[in-house]
Amino acid sequence: MVMKSPLKGPGSSSNVSLIDRPLNRPRTEVNLSAFAFLFSELVQYSQQRVTSVTELEHRLEEVGYRVGTRVLELLCYREKGNRRETRLLGILNFVHTTVWKTLFGKPAESLERGADNEDEYMISDRELLVNRYISVPKDFGELNCGSFVSGIVKGILDSAGFPSQVSTHYVAVEGQSRPRTTILMKFTPEVMAREQRLGNS
Amino acid sequence: MATIFSLVIINKSGGLIFQKDFTETARVDTNEAMTQASIWHSLHAISAQLSPAHGDTGIEMLEADTFNLHCFLAPTGTKFVLTCAPRTAGMEVLLQTIYELYSDYVLKNPFYEMEMPIRCAAFDQHLLNEIRSRS
Repeated sequence: MVMKSPLKGPGSSSNVSLIDRPLNRPRTEVNLSAFAFLFSELVQYSQQRVTSVTELEHRLEEVGYRVGTRVLELLCYREKGNRRETRLLGILNFVHTTVWKTLFGKPAESLERGADNEDEYMISDRELLVNRYISVPKDFGELNCGSFVSGIVKGILDSAGFPSQVSTHYVAVEGQSRPRTTILMKFTPEVMAREQRLGNS
Repeated sequence: MATIFSLVIINKSGGLIFQKDFTETARVDTNEAMTQASIWHSLHAISAQLSPAHGDTGIEMLEADTFNLHCFLAPTGTKFVLTCAPRTAGMEVLLQTIYELYSDYVLKNPFYEMEMPIRCAAFDQHLLNEIRSRS
């Protein structure tokens, strides 16, 4: 009986398994339907193990967090030539453009600074790719499965040295039936203090 | 101009899981629709048995004086039944598109339970857009 390596896809031309392939290989695209089914199962799996909507969002965020830490490592190596972001705007732009382009195929719609607070920033997207096929029933309230993506952002920010609190919100948009999803990032005072110091020097 | 009257989706055990009327004249009460769906389900199964040719899968189109009925049977046993005005073209293609919409916005929705009535806002929205663009 021949044991086939499960990490070797049917389309792989070389005899190398998935984890041995060089990292800077041009990135391959994954079928959206395949990802949609996987994500749907992830949500259902989490749903069975929680008792409230906030807990479900929290769970999805936790899963996203683990993805985020790995995404940062991979993208720093692939896209930026091992350069590290030390400024707040730098890392925000990185998340807003590079990360979104790698994960979802196009940059996020907007990056804004919070009007009321200095330490709050928001990334918005008219329609998050992970939410495209999901219709949340009424009795789930304000559940947003985009908290998975918030988790990714949190993982990236934490690993890059910008600890923050991240949350997902729906923002109703005029003339559009589906509301926009906004990811709100509130940075800790240490980050803002450091930004101040670096900004002055 | 194509006039589409209604769409009905029947699960593999013959239960009604989705019903939408697109014109005033085609309005049907839900209980009646459920009865009609199970009748159609049985008719469809019987017709497959009655057919003299081997490998036939059941009624695909029914032509009446005032309407046409098109039925699409998915490989999983789900039936998509579309009623429209007589001599309307392009209904098979429309049924295929509706099947694609179903597999996208219903089956990929984590809050949808299989074989249960369909309550997905995204599916309703896209279906309405599709029907409006055809009529």
